[in-house]
Amino acid sequence: MTEESTPAADERVVVAESVHKSYGRLEVLRGIDLEVRRGEVCCVVGPSGSGKSTFLRCINHLEKINAGRLWVNGHLMGYRQKGGKLHELRESEVAAQRRDIGMVFQRFNLFPHMSVLANVMEAPVQVKRVARSSARETAMELLDRVGLADKAGSYPGRLSGGQQQRVAIARALAMNPSLMLFDEPTSALDPELVGEVLDVMQGLAADGMTMVVVTHEMGFAREVGDTLVFMDGGVVVESGVPREVLGNPRHERTRAFLSKVL
Amino acid sequence: MSSENENLRAAGPPRPGAPEAIRAVPVRYPGRWVAAALILLLAAMFVHMLITNEAFNWPFMVANMFTEPVLIGVRTTLVLTVLAMLIGIVLGVVVAVMRLSGNPVLSFVGWLYTWFFRAVPRLVLCVLFGNLGVLYSRVELGLPFDNYWMPLLGLSGDARFLSFDTRDILTAFVAALLALALSEGAYMAEIVRAGLQSVDPGQTEAAQALGMRRSTLLRRITLPQALRVIVPPTGNETTAMLKDTSLVAYVPLTTELWFQLQAIGNRTFDPFPMLVAACIWYLSITSVFMLGQYFLERSFTKGDRQAQAEVTMTQVRAKN
Ligand SMILES: Nc1ncnc2c1ncn2[C@@H]1O[C@H](COP(=O)(O)OP(=O)(O)O)[C@@H](O)[C@H]1O
Ligand SMILES: [Mg+2]
Repeated sequence: MTEESTPAADERVVVAESVHKSYGRLEVLRGIDLEVRRGEVCCVVGPSGSGKSTFLRCINHLEKINAGRLWVNGHLMGYRQKGGKLHELRESEVAAQRRDIGMVFQRFNLFPHMSVLANVMEAPVQVKRVARSSARETAMELLDRVGLADKAGSYPGRLSGGQQQRVAIARALAMNPSLMLFDEPTSALDPELVGEVLDVMQGLAADGMTMVVVTHEMGFAREVGDTLVFMDGGVVVESGVPREVLGNPRHERTRAFLSKVL
Repeated sequence: MSSENENLRAAGPPRPGAPEAIRAVPVRYPGRWVAAALILLLAAMFVHMLITNEAFNWPFMVANMFTEPVLIGVRTTLVLTVLAMLIGIVLGVVVAVMRLSGNPVLSFVGWLYTWFFRAVPRLVLCVLFGNLGVLYSRVELGLPFDNYWMPLLGLSGDARFLSFDTRDILTAFVAALLALALSEGAYMAEIVRAGLQSVDPGQTEAAQALGMRRSTLLRRITLPQALRVIVPPTGNETTAMLKDTSLVAYVPLTTELWFQLQAIGNRTFDPFPMLVAACIWYLSITSVFMLGQYFLERSFTKGDRQAQAEVTMTQVRAKN
């Protein structure tokens, strides 16, 4: 009954249908349609202010959308559909929906008052109520995976930007998410530190993680991305296989943007 | 480090013959000597007055400022300070969270509370709470408005379960504590609110993205980070509270330090030495508190300095 308009829990992890978002009278998203399949790496590019961050934040319901529908793993984000009506979910239910979606921010946002290990253990222990010993074990494995096992006891303020971002990725992975959102993860980094973060992300993609990546790294989009989405003015202007969109853009706006960044 | 020094030396003037150390005649400051002499003179006059003026009556003061009632007064002052601050801090956190919550009713109630208790002087609050017994002679727990709806339903009697004499509950001590704690809660609410607002919003976003609920987020992420903004003014509040306990003499709470010292002065018709005794007592206790505050704040910033030291150390190691 309630499932009738819901995309079945199929291969599509993210389904966005005509997503609209306004801040007051400023219409930031003007009808975004997008699908991301399981294991797919979807790279989102576009000029500053085109609504990329806003769209990413709508996916895990950090922002409420004004119109349209957004599903993650077949769950309508932020609402319950009952008798043809939408009911807002309670705060605890929204929080529960987010547990399955990892997010990595441009400015890392590590918890500065906790050690690197405590940062990675925090959500599993406090949110999922995992036993500390097993949370520690998982956290150490993840830190090893991002190459920072030796920094477990350090505080974030003592790490380089690249190291902080890798910890942030480990922290998100600790919740064992089925979808990872990246909002310009390398934009705040010194150029020589970008590679170490992209390497970790490439490893994740190779392991089959479903990812939505807002980025200006066209090389990463071309090599790692399965699809490339070009956004401008709150709409998806064009999308497709990265090589084709980058090599042979069909729209004038895409061409203009790419000529500036490539 | 060593390599850095070598670089500096290499960039300096050509060797041999390092430049001669400077031996210049320092600038003189005659004004400083005049000021120091003047202050020394004034200090000497002041000490002379302390010793020779009969009004101080030092032996009488020393004999009376350590009597049992005074020591009980000191204890009451300390207990009141600690309890009022503890209640005030808890209230402050609750009210600050209410004001920052999205709930307009809670937010308004929080605003109303801070508005009232910051606007009314503590002295007035103390006298007011001392007279609250006028409102109700008995405090009773039960269903509200029972005197109206019980007769309507054809019932007799009342719907009250517990009943106390107000004088048994609202003792002078409780009235004093309430006045100080409620007032402190309003000030602490503003301090805690500023602390919570000082935390980077990105912290909240990151925690929310991890699926944290608001209560966990506050307890684990925002409040701990707000502490570095909250702790220093809370120390000042504690010192201010210690001094403001003297106001509860007007509740009146008779076991309090200021009341006791004054009582001795009035009884002996020699009030001035006891006023000096009050200064000395409050100075001493407050100084101990300030010392504690100094160490508390230092331990709070120690983490930063340690971190800084370790960064420097790793840089040194990397260079060598
Ligand atoms: N919280 C907000 N309140 C008001 N305007 C906002 C807010 N967040 C973003 N915006 C506006 O929305 C537009 C899109 O922002 P954003 O999604 O961050 O773009 P992008 O990430 O593509 O650079 C910008 O014009 C920005 O000023
Ligand atoms: Mg952005």
